[in-house]
Amino acid sequence: MIQVENLTKTFDQFTAVKDISFQVDAGEIFAFLGPNGAGKTTTIKMLTTLLRPTAGHIHLDGFDPWVKQREARQRFGIVFQDPSLDNEQTAYENMELHGILYHIPHRVRVERIELLLRQFELWERRNDYVKTFSGGMKRRLEIARGFLHTPKILFLDEPTLGLDPQSRNQLWTHVKALNEKEKTTVFLTTHYMDEADRVAHRIAVMDHGAIVAVGTSAELKARTNTDSLEGAFLALTGTSLRDESASSTDNLRRFAQMWQQKR
Amino acid sequence: MGAIYIMWLREVKRYFRSKAQIIVSLGQPTLYLLALGFGFGPVFAKAGAGNYLQFMAPGVIGMTVLFSSIFSGMAMLWDRQFGFLKETLVAPVPRLHIILGRTLGGATVASLQGLLMLIVCLIAGFRPVYAHAAGTPGIHNWLAVPIALVFVGMIAIVFAALGASVGSTIKDMQGFQMLMNFLVMPIFFLSGALYPLKNLPKVLSWVTHADPLTYGIDGLRGVLIGSWQFNFGSHFNFLLDLCLLAALAAIFLSTSAWLFSRIEV
Repeated sequence: MIQVENLTKTFDQFTAVKDISFQVDAGEIFAFLGPNGAGKTTTIKMLTTLLRPTAGHIHLDGFDPWVKQREARQRFGIVFQDPSLDNEQTAYENMELHGILYHIPHRVRVERIELLLRQFELWERRNDYVKTFSGGMKRRLEIARGFLHTPKILFLDEPTLGLDPQSRNQLWTHVKALNEKEKTTVFLTTHYMDEADRVAHRIAVMDHGAIVAVGTSAELKARTNTDSLEGAFLALTGTSLRDESASSTDNLRRFAQMWQQKR
Repeated sequence: MGAIYIMWLREVKRYFRSKAQIIVSLGQPTLYLLALGFGFGPVFAKAGAGNYLQFMAPGVIGMTVLFSSIFSGMAMLWDRQFGFLKETLVAPVPRLHIILGRTLGGATVASLQGLLMLIVCLIAGFRPVYAHAAGTPGIHNWLAVPIALVFVGMIAIVFAALGASVGSTIKDMQGFQMLMNFLVMPIFFLSGALYPLKNLPKVLSWVTHADPLTYGIDGLRGVLIGSWQFNFGSHFNFLLDLCLLAALAAIFLSTSAWLFSRIEV
């Protein structure tokens, strides 16, 4: 379903992603693990047509997203690391807008919006502005929206960041249910080992822009002689801290948090 | 087409939903109108240039439209990282449709703001009149109001597209501050919104003629109080302003579409 060959991304001097190759099968839940700055988000951005790769090939359901952009885009849904909902519109309007952008016919749209909002337990709040939602509700809405156009692939970039354990648990239950029901391939990144352990069929560990290991949780543990995924992860990526310099995005993110607290 | 419409609708909905914002954003132009309009009135009249409130009302209408439209475009900076923009960037529709919808939506909102400011001006005592000699009361010309809205709309499109171009380029708040100081304020102050552009020092005169808003304000003032800055005859002036604005709109729209299509996040 996802095929990546020799993918590389270089920013000026710095190589964020170094010649990575991997493959995700249809219906699989595939997790990308890695410390901060490992290149996970950069990889997702390249897969989802937001960033042009320096070199390498990508195929999503057989389409090269840089050649058949619209066909590829129609086939995936994405939940970004930073929220991408329209706060000034209601939950229902957000879903409807997505449906129109993805060319879903009116009848199907109405049915599917109701189905998904009910499934993610947001139907009662459908006419409330998104700005009144909690972090967990917003995430749920984003994921429901990602499923709206029946994508073949769903990308989740740290979808549980900042959520409490209840919300995280519920979110993965929904994602797993839809993965089974609609056979959606799920590609996710996370910092939480237990999540990857529980949800993902296969895991790739990324560090310094390269993939250091791929396999099931059991395989990774066996390979590193550890008894937990966290142990395996540390064995693979080392224990040193990754201090990145703050980018303008981080500054904006801080600013956004301050702003939201004020309101 | 669905994408253009839904993006336009989003901007318009946002506008009608933030009623407080509507009032607040009329505050600054109203302050200009009242403080400067009445404050400089006596000096302006003494200089034999007529009623300053009449002169500057089209200026503050243009100002309202300028600020509102250019900010709608720049809002993209924010949207880009923390909002909804990314959702539209990965949507399976041409980015041209997204940016057109957004820009036209921003322009619609700015035009509505301009219309509201026109009403504020009328309440403050402004009256649209036919051309007349300075110092004499002109004959009221209510027909001018709908024609003035053509210029309001043109200014709105030009600057919404300029704002969108800028919004597609800058990446942080510092850039935003800088643009505010070095782009928006000069556009406003050098447009003839506040003072007549006749008999200016040569350099200032050149600069003012290079300011796109100059032609919008000239059009508004020409239509609303019959005073045009070039002496070519009012029909020619009308067409000149309109064509220049249309050309600028086309240039800025293409630029913003091109820049927007290249956005990577």
